[in-house]
Amino acid sequence: MKKTMTFAAALLAASVLGGMANAKTLVYCSEASPANFDPGTTTGGNDFDASSRTVYSRLVEFKHGGTEIEPGLADKWEISDDGLVYTFHLHPGVKFQTTDYFKPTRDLNADDVVFSFDRQFNKQNPWNGEKYLPNLTWDYYTGMDMPKYVAKWEKVDDLTVKLTLTEPNAPMLANLGMDFASIVSKEYADQLEKDGKMADFSTKPIGTGPFQFVDYQLDSVIRYAANPDYFKGKEKIDDLVFAITPDATARIQKVLAGECDVAPYPNPADIATIKANKDVTLMDQAGLNIGYMSYNTTIPPLDKPEVRHALNQAIDREALIKSLFQDAGATPAQNLIPPTMWSWDKDVKFDSYDPEAAKKVLADAGLKEIQLWASDRVRPYNPNFQRAAELIQADWAKVGVKAEIVNYEWTKYREEGKKKERPGAFQIGWTGDNGDPDNFFATLFACSAIGVSNYSSWCDKDFEDLIQKAKKTSDQGERTKLYEQAQVIFAKQAPAFLLAHSQVYSVVRNNVTGYKMDPLGIHRFDGVDKSE
Amino acid sequence: MLRYLLNKIALLIPTLVGITICAFAFVRLLPGDPILAMAGEHGVSPARYEELKEQFGYNLPIWEQYARYVGEVATGDFGVSISSKRPVMEEFKTLFPATLELSFFAMIFAMVIGIPAGIFAAVKRGSWFDQSLMGTALVGYSMPIFWWGLLLIIFFSGYLGWTPVSGRIGLQFFLKPITGFMTIDSVLYGKWDALRSALSHLVLPAIVLGTIPLAVIARQTRSAMLEVLGEDYVRTARAKGLSAARVIGVHALRNALIPVVTTIGLQVGTLLAGAILTETIFAWPGIGKWMVDSIFKRDYVVVQSGLLLIALIVMAVNLIVDVLYAVINPRIRAA
Repeated sequence: MKKTMTFAAALLAASVLGGMANAKTLVYCSEASPANFDPGTTTGGNDFDASSRTVYSRLVEFKHGGTEIEPGLADKWEISDDGLVYTFHLHPGVKFQTTDYFKPTRDLNADDVVFSFDRQFNKQNPWNGEKYLPNLTWDYYTGMDMPKYVAKWEKVDDLTVKLTLTEPNAPMLANLGMDFASIVSKEYADQLEKDGKMADFSTKPIGTGPFQFVDYQLDSVIRYAANPDYFKGKEKIDDLVFAITPDATARIQKVLAGECDVAPYPNPADIATIKANKDVTLMDQAGLNIGYMSYNTTIPPLDKPEVRHALNQAIDREALIKSLFQDAGATPAQNLIPPTMWSWDKDVKFDSYDPEAAKKVLADAGLKEIQLWASDRVRPYNPNFQRAAELIQADWAKVGVKAEIVNYEWTKYREEGKKKERPGAFQIGWTGDNGDPDNFFATLFACSAIGVSNYSSWCDKDFEDLIQKAKKTSDQGERTKLYEQAQVIFAKQAPAFLLAHSQVYSVVRNNVTGYKMDPLGIHRFDGVDKSE
Repeated sequence: MLRYLLNKIALLIPTLVGITICAFAFVRLLPGDPILAMAGEHGVSPARYEELKEQFGYNLPIWEQYARYVGEVATGDFGVSISSKRPVMEEFKTLFPATLELSFFAMIFAMVIGIPAGIFAAVKRGSWFDQSLMGTALVGYSMPIFWWGLLLIIFFSGYLGWTPVSGRIGLQFFLKPITGFMTIDSVLYGKWDALRSALSHLVLPAIVLGTIPLAVIARQTRSAMLEVLGEDYVRTARAKGLSAARVIGVHALRNALIPVVTTIGLQVGTLLAGAILTETIFAWPGIGKWMVDSIFKRDYVVVQSGLLLIALIVMAVNLIVDVLYAVINPRIRAA
């Protein structure tokens, strides 16, 4: 008997090895190690690439390469007329992944969906706190204001789930496409709880997504295999490997050397080299982001819109963008939201460069000195706050305003900057979470965001009414109109200087097909294929 | 000898207390608030902020936080990472072999080239070789590691294609760690092509990490050798008619090596500091990269426990060097 077993094992090993030789492997050079593989508990884009976008699926999904919502685990859904009740109909027969650490005995059902959300807010749920992992904060669940809007999740029957809200909230659907809303297996959770191995839930993930987890060597390599039971059909690549490569130059060298197939975020300095290489393609897209500079609109004379306009007009924005983004390029911002987002109003124009006009207004207002804030961190929407501050300082000096540059380390910077009494102009920016305009307008400029992320301390009644109304309306046509009006008010009131929407790049080898840049900044490998 | 050893160990205790204070203070002196660092651009409402502060124990008086920390460390509990939620010790144990392996090969590289070069320079004192070696050593000592690493990658991996760009082993090799040392594990699995791959991945990072120690060792060997070559016993050996090789190899080198051994021991600190940059460039999954990541994330727990663990290692190595020194040089023991 023992001999047979050995023989069988050898045969299995041989078939695995043999299979490996022919298997299609795609290597992605990722930029950082994932904190863990439970997307409810993490916040980084690299965490989500490694967990929610590979292993998991959600009720609704973002269209590949876009921000529109399409069916995911839910084939269809209805929203009640008052906008309070969402009913989701689950796709029948969806299988959770079978791995060497978990064998599912049932298909996905409403219990899994209810559990996936319940664990993130219900303090009675054993998976909410210490018992599962220490120091859990569920940052995205609270960050997207879910506790405020969600009244309850209910199972209607095995394939129907009902979500009731406390008040209408149109961006809710987009929220459910986000990474934190990934659907996990209740059966797997129960099994781990019974075995006393709850922490494994975050290191050995089980989902319904296109790839299943195989192995993670800390800070080095993550391995996945195509999920043979994937409900949208098995992927064409057999093995997916994340080779964690934090240095941008090393990452690009790896793609050029053929050690990996796809890599994100090249250094601007390497862009010319990449373009010159015949084996790789440089893909780019206007990012779902905005770099801007908030004026504190409560402190005179910055409380007057004409003064803020004058400061905007005094800045040579074109030269500034060129100097900051160089070869990488960026789209000058007309509005707070980028042009790839629905409701973007093409007719709204940003202040044009006019130092003469600015000089007069600023002299009349008696503005002679101003604080100009800068930090040390490279952000996608502003690669160099300090350089930007120096250029703006020079432009303002020409119109008789002396700017004093205030520097802080990045976390301290935001801590000081968000204070209501912070004076002057504060450079900051934002990268969108879910492709909904509310995620820009309300998150950054709602009255309730003052002291949190409304760095202008700007509370305009008309603007506020429009964005709150748009939040409560589920009709996208009507919401578009409301946001367009909001953009007109924003341009008139000028609570901030708008810089640009930066380009985001990926480098892809030419034998890779089907890879799409994603406006949400995620890196997805479903639908990707590779030829020899 | 025992008394000497006990003396050395007793001296470690105040150092250890000092290190816990430094590690604890260091992370708190870093600008930036760990809770805000976690929240990112989203920010966090004041109420939620207070709630989180309490959850992480940052609301306690600073001395109480310190007492708690020392109490935990004393019982071998190094805490749980704020970002990954894994025990710090577990992460350290997984990552440390990678750093050790890299440091080992870097040191081998530094010694194999540094010691002979130093001897040769001393013997041929004032020659063009001596002059150029000392000049090169100075350049090597002042080499910015980050720039040097990228330069080697672009030339050897990018332009010539001789070495892999980064990582520890080719991705086609999927070895479950046994010892955590890639070279040893590939031998244990009997996979020679994996061993070759692991060694080829070690070449560039070992050169980069070994450059500064190489410069230091070469210079130290040269000066120690010069000193010894002027001693009476060397002159006596020469007068006895011994061959030059025997005079240098046996009589001079043995005595010259005493300060060199100390230097090598002291390079451990340099290696660990260099590992921070080298590991980041070469995507080497070791503790240097781990510390950098944790500092950026303001993961207090990992930074303070990681610092402590690294300090413990440096102290242990220094102790070993002291003992070795006493073994090589009996005069020390008596003193």
